[in-house]
Amino acid sequence: MSTELLEQKFNEKIDQEVRIEPKDWMPEKYRKTLIRQISQHAHSEIVGMLPEANWITRAPSLRRKAAALAKVQDEAGHGLYLYSACETLGVERDDLLADLHSGKAKYSSIFNYPTLSWADMGAIGWLVDGAAIMNQVPLCRASYGPYARAMVRVCKEESFHQRQGYEIMLTLCKGSEAQKKMAQDALNRWWWPSLMMFGPTDADSKHTEQSMRWGIKRFTNDELRQKFVDVTIPQAEILGLTVPDKDLKWNEERGHYDFGEINWEEFFNVISGNGPCNKQRIDARKKAYDDGAWVREAANAYAEKKAKKKVA
Amino acid sequence: MTDQNKFDYILQQADNCLILGQRLAEWCGHGPILEQDIALTNISLDLIGQARLFYQYAAEIQGEEKTEDDLAYLRDAWGFKNVLLVEQPNGDFGFTIMRQFLYDTFSCYFYEALMSSSDERLASIAAKSHKETLYHMKWSADWVIRLGDGTVESHNRVQQALNELWSYKDEIVIETSADSDALAAGYGVSLAELKEKRDAKITAVLEEATLSIPEGTYSHKGGKEGVHSEHLGYILADLQFLQRAYPGNEW
Amino acid sequence: MNKNWPLWEIFIRSKAGLNHKHVGSLHAADADMAVQNARDVYTRRNEGVSIWVVETKHITASDPDDSDQMYEPAKDKAYRHPTFYDLPDELKHM
Repeated sequence: MSTELLEQKFNEKIDQEVRIEPKDWMPEKYRKTLIRQISQHAHSEIVGMLPEANWITRAPSLRRKAAALAKVQDEAGHGLYLYSACETLGVERDDLLADLHSGKAKYSSIFNYPTLSWADMGAIGWLVDGAAIMNQVPLCRASYGPYARAMVRVCKEESFHQRQGYEIMLTLCKGSEAQKKMAQDALNRWWWPSLMMFGPTDADSKHTEQSMRWGIKRFTNDELRQKFVDVTIPQAEILGLTVPDKDLKWNEERGHYDFGEINWEEFFNVISGNGPCNKQRIDARKKAYDDGAWVREAANAYAEKKAKKKVA
Repeated sequence: MTDQNKFDYILQQADNCLILGQRLAEWCGHGPILEQDIALTNISLDLIGQARLFYQYAAEIQGEEKTEDDLAYLRDAWGFKNVLLVEQPNGDFGFTIMRQFLYDTFSCYFYEALMSSSDERLASIAAKSHKETLYHMKWSADWVIRLGDGTVESHNRVQQALNELWSYKDEIVIETSADSDALAAGYGVSLAELKEKRDAKITAVLEEATLSIPEGTYSHKGGKEGVHSEHLGYILADLQFLQRAYPGNEW
Repeated sequence: MNKNWPLWEIFIRSKAGLNHKHVGSLHAADADMAVQNARDVYTRRNEGVSIWVVETKHITASDPDDSDQMYEPAKDKAYRHPTFYDLPDELKHM
């Protein structure tokens, strides 16, 4: 079959919402885009473990400790599911990790911000996971089968994350003055980075159009960002917290909240490596990987020995 | 307090679970491969869960409207009764594995025996925990064998860990007065019987792992009586920070 | 030497009486470890009572290019299905 014909069949499948599976023919660019997108997502999950893991040992009650640990562990699981989905496209996890460690691969820039107080565990669950869910739910219908299936699993598990985050915020906001201050401070620091999580504006987003065509992106960055603001503002009001945006107001005509201009200079700075924790995060991942090398080798060596014994 | 001795006895195991669970939680996000990162946190979660069951029971015995968190967060180091083994720092993965193995081989047989405790509550906590611990012991024993019989490097590393931890393995089976009183009262476990089973298991696994068994018989102790290593203070500084910095708040 | 642990496909029986179903994949050095990893990764929320693991390289899959010849021929054999047969309404269950 000619490439044109294959491409035509592929596009028909996409149009009819028929999932593409690993062994199906796909345009090389589709495959590359998927690898980039899925691995970026996987990297975000495992780098995203670090800011929250930072507070597990200091969680203020045993109940919170167990929830925090289970939550961060889920993120390891999500990374694993997503790397696995990526591996169906003919790349190995180790190669993807090498790209993360070398700085070639990107991950969500929000994890380059530090977690400075316990309230950050609340704010991350509420805002960062909230934004992530908004991004992720539509991807359960992504055109690539293994990706869509991984996302179904991720979204199912993710559902408790935002709730536990919001519950932390709620408890703090009902608590002492110091606790309220902690909560407000966390919102002040995480609000704008959360809005940035949806990526550049549609006008500046270079991948959006093609990805929408391919069904691996279902809504534009600005659509999702608006949706996030609209659902989050009432949640902030319940907490009695002030969203740090003086331009924020309900627009009756649009039926949406208007909000202020995002500091894109900061966004691009963090992406290009100048965030407060970029180096720290990658160093931690590299160290875990390098320190684990002898363990992985030993397990391989032992497995080989055992296999030989079985044969003999 | 209705029963000081039972309270002390429960705290010994509760504190073991909490401190080791806390140590394992430090691995979260830093494991040698994602699959094992998840395995480590699973064990940590089991241990924290076990600690909570024991603390909840101890708090009831203590009365005065105490909670699990009062016991975990508001005692100072001298009130903690965990063994020195579990407060040792993680070291490399091999060290963590060996520490875990030396603990699991105790806790597995401990819970097995505690299931016949005359105290129904303890027996039921033991039954639940025993299932979890069986899996932990399988996991840590498999890793001891894998590392011991893996590469030269892994063998050396895990042998080194064994040598360093050897003098910490027996404190947990040396009877305190809480242990002997609990045994006499019928709700405790015979550590002498347990030690025999445990030692046999340790020897079998270490042999399969091609590791050489250290000769020393010296045992560090003190933890069960509240005399700890310097490590515990730092563990508690982390663990208790928020409760100490903002006393009396809900979290 | 720093080679990846092999990839394994994981199948889980969610409760007694049901088929094992493919749930995803993971890395493990050997089969025993694959079962343990599968337990730790894929049954954290009580999702299973039994696990199968198969090293990915041992799976043989049909070729999507052959789909037409493989699966089309079965489409017009309506007589294999119960609804193909007309029976009187009085006959309530058959």
